[in-house]
Amino acid sequence: MPHGWALVREFIFYLLVLIVIAISLFPFYWILRTSLMSNAQVAQGVGGSNGLLPSHLTTKAYVDDFTKQHFLKPLVNSAIVALIATAITIVVATMAGYALARLKIRFSGAILAFILIAGFFPVLAMVGPLFLLFKELSLLNNIYPLILAYLVYTLPIATWLLRNFFAQIPAELEEAALVDGATRLQALRKVVVPVAIPGVFTAAILAFILAWNDFTFAVSFLETPDKFTAPLAIVNFGQSAFQVFYNRIDAAVVIITIPIALLVLFAQRRIVSGLTAGSFR
Amino acid sequence: MSTIKLEHVTKVYPNGAEAVTDLNLEVADGEFTILVGPSGCGKTTALRMVAGLEEITDGTIEIGERVVNDLSPRDRDIAMVFQNYALYPHMTVAQNIGFALRLRKLPKEEMQSKVREAAEILGLTEHLNRKPAQLSGGQRQRVAMGRAIVREPAAFLMDEPLSNLDAKLRVQMRAEVSRIQRRVGVATLYVTHDQTEAMTMGDKVAVMRAGRLQQIDAPQTLYDKPANLFVAAFIGSPAMNLYQANVDEQGHALRLGNQQLDLPERLRAERSIGSYRGKEVVVGIRPEDLTDAAVAGEDGVGRRLEGTVDLVEALGAEKLVHFDIDARRLQSTDVGMGAEEDETEGLGSGEIAEAMSAGVARVPPTSELRPDQKAVFLVDAERMHLFDPESGEALG
Repeated sequence: MPHGWALVREFIFYLLVLIVIAISLFPFYWILRTSLMSNAQVAQGVGGSNGLLPSHLTTKAYVDDFTKQHFLKPLVNSAIVALIATAITIVVATMAGYALARLKIRFSGAILAFILIAGFFPVLAMVGPLFLLFKELSLLNNIYPLILAYLVYTLPIATWLLRNFFAQIPAELEEAALVDGATRLQALRKVVVPVAIPGVFTAAILAFILAWNDFTFAVSFLETPDKFTAPLAIVNFGQSAFQVFYNRIDAAVVIITIPIALLVLFAQRRIVSGLTAGSFR
Repeated sequence: MSTIKLEHVTKVYPNGAEAVTDLNLEVADGEFTILVGPSGCGKTTALRMVAGLEEITDGTIEIGERVVNDLSPRDRDIAMVFQNYALYPHMTVAQNIGFALRLRKLPKEEMQSKVREAAEILGLTEHLNRKPAQLSGGQRQRVAMGRAIVREPAAFLMDEPLSNLDAKLRVQMRAEVSRIQRRVGVATLYVTHDQTEAMTMGDKVAVMRAGRLQQIDAPQTLYDKPANLFVAAFIGSPAMNLYQANVDEQGHALRLGNQQLDLPERLRAERSIGSYRGKEVVVGIRPEDLTDAAVAGEDGVGRRLEGTVDLVEALGAEKLVHFDIDARRLQSTDVGMGAEEDETEGLGSGEIAEAMSAGVARVPPTSELRPDQKAVFLVDAERMHLFDPESGEALG
């Protein structure tokens, strides 16, 4: 048992932790709170029976999202776009990252630097040129070309991430596979990628989140509501002639947060460092 | 028939560094050949060229009478054990051992029986379902061996497979690897920097230095008749005592400082000593070829070497007596084991340099020599070695 000062220090430590948690979780709480209220309640503002914990809660906003706002279609659109973008990103970035980590390529340092810059290039600066390009190619108002736009920034980041993961894997591991009778591609698929699985998952989550959360490209390239992705659809929830349905907006926000939360929770188990333990020495 | 044959093999890196120069080497069917040398001598590069993990600049490599120069590793029918084992961490022991068979699409039944058989030979049967992380160092080493033997390849390649084990386990595995190799009977090329491993395990030992093969022979021949100074100094522990000496005008005796040693008949022959009369040579005497004169109880005229005892190490069965004499000792750099080597790596140049800074005699435990005493040693002149001081080549 800690005594005296140690006890005080421990108390202060946990108090600070609590404050940080409260600050970072409060917006989420407020969204959740609003999503569980009726629109009339929201309109009343905060106070009375409508405090930090409202006296009356309802799931009506969630039901309305699917019945009145037709939120299912944008959700499906978002899922299609994000999943395909993630899949393509992982396949291409794995091979590119592996090549950059292992093969003796001229100017590979410069290539890497360029990839990193491309990954952090401002999205807004890309919207204009891409819009003109998509217009010329008649790719506007279609969710599938949107995937291409997402690859523009998911690929560089995933490639860079995976290259660094592969570079950490000892070359002997693949050499052992090559001697055991594997082709380069088999060695990559059966030995290198499984060993680098934490990196692959990290890259996949990153790519998925980037694509799933995108608003900029979606708002620029999509026109009709049947093509909208979820974030874009949410913005339009409020645009009724007479009122803004904050409860529906917040319910939708909760809904689109769920896949991300699940993904991170699921992947957390996979992202265990030290997976190569026991391979060497 | 499985053989490994290297003919005029040369490796030059793109930056111009020559790692291996004109290497000729043959490992016969079932033979265990050790490639030994200080670190950086090109032995690992040579092995990797045989494996196909490193390109060959010049020459040819044959495995099982088939030129493999342009074949990828997977088509060479070889198995390799890596220094750090390189086990697949995500696979169980059984999957690790069976990986090569799975790639060859062997029927499941056959694969399992082969894996079980290999596991039995290596005593891994109880651990087949474990992951490498759950194994001890020795067990991991065995899995690496298992991965190699299950293949029944044309050749085994081993890259310092025991260097990561602790001393006791290393001695145990040394015998075990030899036993397994004999049992499987496959041509084996084994790389090590440890001359003890080389001496105890190999049918033949090839000593390399700075990319060139110095000598290839049976371990005992290598020990008894080293072809040059480098081999003489590298093989044997404690290392051979090497001193500068002058041959007298008749070619009958050597002068070491102010002492004199008679040359034995064998070395007086015209073809060995002829051109060295009155000139300088390097004399090499193994520690066990020096005896404490007091124990021998004889005068030993013409084969006496006097010195001052520096240190006595009693090992039980024998004593190692370190002594100083007033002859110029040969430094490690003279033998070509100087700057280019990494001293941190086990039995490398560091130990040799240390051993040569003083003479060492291996005497019976009954010897009563003590530090700071004057001592007289008798030289077994018949087993004395002479070398050319310039070329380092052995005379006689």
